[in-house]
Amino acid sequence: MENDQDKVLDELTSGEYKYGFVTDIETDVIPKGLSEDVVRLISAKKEEPEWMLEFRLKAFRHWQTMKMPAWAHLKIPEINYQDIIFYAAPMQKPAPGSLSDVDPELLKTFDKLGIPLGEQKRLTGVAVDAVMDSISVKTTFRESLAELGIIFCSFSEAVREHPSLVQKYLASVVPYTDNFFATLNSAVFSDGSFCYIPKGVRCPMELSTYFRINASNTGQFERTLLIADEESYVSYLEGCTAPMRDENQLHAAVVEIITERGAEVKYSTVQNWYPGDKEGKGGIFNFVTKRGICKGDDSKISWTQVETGSAITWKYPSCILRGNNSVGEFYSVAVTNNYQQADTGTKMIHIGRNTKSTIVSKGISAGFGQNSYRGLVKVLGKAEGARNYSQCDSLLLGDKCGAHTFPYIEVDNPSAIVEHEATTSRIGEDQIFYCNQRGISTEDAIGLIVNGYAREVINKLPMEFAVEAQKLLQISLEGSVG
Amino acid sequence: MDYRPEVINKLSEIYSGSHGTFLKNSPEIFNRHRETAYKEFLRLGIPDRKNEAYKYTNLEKSFGYPYQVYYSPVPQDFREAEKFHCEVEDLDVWNMVLLNGFFPRGEEGLVMLPGGIWVGSMKAAAKQFPGLVEKHYNKYVQGENDGLVPLNTAMASDGLFLYAPKNTAYTKPIQIVNLLHSDQDIFAQDRNLVVVEDRAQLSLLVCDHAISPQHFLTNTVTEVYVGQNSRFEIIRVQNQHNNSGKITHTFIHQERDSYASSNNITLHGGLVRNATWHMLNGENSETHSYGLYLADKQQHIANFVKVDHAAPNCNSTQLFKGVLDENSSGAFNGRIMVHKIAQGTNAYQSNNNILLSDAARMDTKPQLEIYADDVKCSHGATVGQLDNNALFYLRSRGIDAREAKLMLMFGFAHDVIKNIPIEALRERIDNLVQKRLRGELSRCASCAIQCN
Repeated sequence: MENDQDKVLDELTSGEYKYGFVTDIETDVIPKGLSEDVVRLISAKKEEPEWMLEFRLKAFRHWQTMKMPAWAHLKIPEINYQDIIFYAAPMQKPAPGSLSDVDPELLKTFDKLGIPLGEQKRLTGVAVDAVMDSISVKTTFRESLAELGIIFCSFSEAVREHPSLVQKYLASVVPYTDNFFATLNSAVFSDGSFCYIPKGVRCPMELSTYFRINASNTGQFERTLLIADEESYVSYLEGCTAPMRDENQLHAAVVEIITERGAEVKYSTVQNWYPGDKEGKGGIFNFVTKRGICKGDDSKISWTQVETGSAITWKYPSCILRGNNSVGEFYSVAVTNNYQQADTGTKMIHIGRNTKSTIVSKGISAGFGQNSYRGLVKVLGKAEGARNYSQCDSLLLGDKCGAHTFPYIEVDNPSAIVEHEATTSRIGEDQIFYCNQRGISTEDAIGLIVNGYAREVINKLPMEFAVEAQKLLQISLEGSVG
Repeated sequence: MDYRPEVINKLSEIYSGSHGTFLKNSPEIFNRHRETAYKEFLRLGIPDRKNEAYKYTNLEKSFGYPYQVYYSPVPQDFREAEKFHCEVEDLDVWNMVLLNGFFPRGEEGLVMLPGGIWVGSMKAAAKQFPGLVEKHYNKYVQGENDGLVPLNTAMASDGLFLYAPKNTAYTKPIQIVNLLHSDQDIFAQDRNLVVVEDRAQLSLLVCDHAISPQHFLTNTVTEVYVGQNSRFEIIRVQNQHNNSGKITHTFIHQERDSYASSNNITLHGGLVRNATWHMLNGENSETHSYGLYLADKQQHIANFVKVDHAAPNCNSTQLFKGVLDENSSGAFNGRIMVHKIAQGTNAYQSNNNILLSDAARMDTKPQLEIYADDVKCSHGATVGQLDNNALFYLRSRGIDAREAKLMLMFGFAHDVIKNIPIEALRERIDNLVQKRLRGELSRCASCAIQCN
């Protein structure tokens, strides 16, 4: 029985990465390395205004004084920043107006990834901003969104077309001095998505950004800025994949969300960067800073993430709950298999009165994976009536992996109620036995249990994504289990 | 400005200045470890808030007084100590009083209790049981980046020695009263060793009192060895005035099939930090760490617990509860570490806190670090107030608001108190806590010092 279970686990945890292909496309790359000249070059390539360049240079100069953080429960090999290409763009005509202007090779790539760039009627549910390496390739449904006053475009376009909005909000949540990787991103970010939902508008479709790393030796540094004005609502999705390579590629992104009074943003991520091979060779280093601020009263930010890829994940989507009665949520499933490492979690900073936050984190470790939850719940003195509930569970599949929980709770207000609970266990033999008894094979039983375990989080994803996420769990952990 | 270089300079001066006195007054084994530990201390320094284990504890205030760092007792000091009487009624214990970390009876102070248990000073023990002390002294200390542990090794010159040889047991608990009494501000560092050999049993009660209003800072290191099939209990009752700082480091090393429990009851003290390390080194052993803290005024009470599961099939629990009032602050830092080999581990950790005033503050950091898969580990932490539903339930049965609150708070605290293995003490603590929660200050009311 024991052996049987181990064998099944082995099979389940050895699924292959499906998105590891490389697109053969002509790419405009700049020389390796990082210097002030490179920062200027990136800015020049993007034909940016002076203030943008100033911002980058400020960040770069600050970055030079910083050291890589060492507090995470991760073993990060030394990263040589002079050996990375900081800008790589697929060659194409400037600003493709219609789909026919986009390189067919690119279209094929995104088709293969299941991300249609054509605005087909049957898939009207989602508008996509597709980002390949350093630049945005195509943003769909721009026009129909614009009718409602919604701005959804690539970051570079936003800098050109809506400079006042960008200037007002850029780095207002994640300042350029925030942390090592956010500062690096501020200096060299190449593209990303920009989204503005005007007052009282409920965005009729899911907005999404799809990130693809294609060129080798490059790093991807994108920046997303999402602004939800008063009483508006948007659901935002983010997906990502990369080719299989032996080298480690760096991905250091920044996401900023601002919600005004009564606004709600739901941000979902299915992260499926290449995790490296079974020996832990290659894979993406995913060092991401994501933070939202509930600026106005009664606003809400909800983060949902399914983290299955990346060799190393270092990511803490956070909420600053400044408005009274604002709500922050964080739902996460993180899977580490083979030699993957993840140190992920959230920060909930309660500033306003009657602010509420919920944290549900589910870690799954298999193979030699190390999975850590690290979270901070901070209640400031003025946050009368703050409420937090956190639940962080870990599931261990196999005896060589690790699961760790590092919550930090800081409470400075007596009316706050903060609760944290966590459990760590493996799939019980009694659970498997129960299923076996009812004619469910061990393999199916494990699948059922893992899926049931992650259900609470997956349920929070938009429908299209939930299906993908469930499949991903299967690929990451399961061979044929449904 | 960083206060630490100045303090370290002062400590260094004292270390080199009183080196001769150290060497003369201490057992040889202490002296042998001094130099290395001193270098280690210089390397690590005094922990500040950048140190994860001290993230929520600021030692600046406690180190800021002009301490007479090296204290050497004179006979008349002990006269005061002999006047001391424990006020717990019906407490049937074997009792001994230590003054500022020193053993009053000096060289002769090693006695054998009925049942074959030895208790006395480290100095005497080093003479009588050189092999045993050699085998265990400074072997179980850890502390990761905590400079205060090597500081103790470098500067301590005496402490308590407790030895239960194989197959011995003493039915009564052994009570050690740590008195702080001086007309100067004192920084005391005592170093204790407890050895419980195979199939032996020992129960230790440590009470801390400060009987003069000076500023005191104590930095205590206690090493405990618990052999196979043996049982060890330690209960600390900390009741010092607000001018004192108390920092303890307790390292409990357990062999297979052993049982250990630690109870830290902190009723009073300006700054209290208890670090308890449970190292489960043998299969099938069991360990419990309990703590209760009631803080008010400007007090800061921190508990650090690490349970290290380094062997299979061990059980552990941690239960820490606190009630924080006025401007007080509390910190909890607990970690369960399960090594790869420790399959079959069952570990539980819980920290619950009640904040009573706007200015009170609690920071808690319960952590799990797990490298084995056949484990059941869970932890929980809460910070909040009394449950409104429970209050309503009581009030709907005719109990007034104040009484209902007291009942709930008392029930909250009793969860920890009920684990105290000595009945008379349990009742006494229950009583003290009840008084304290009622606002009849259990210590300050009866204390002649009236420090603040």
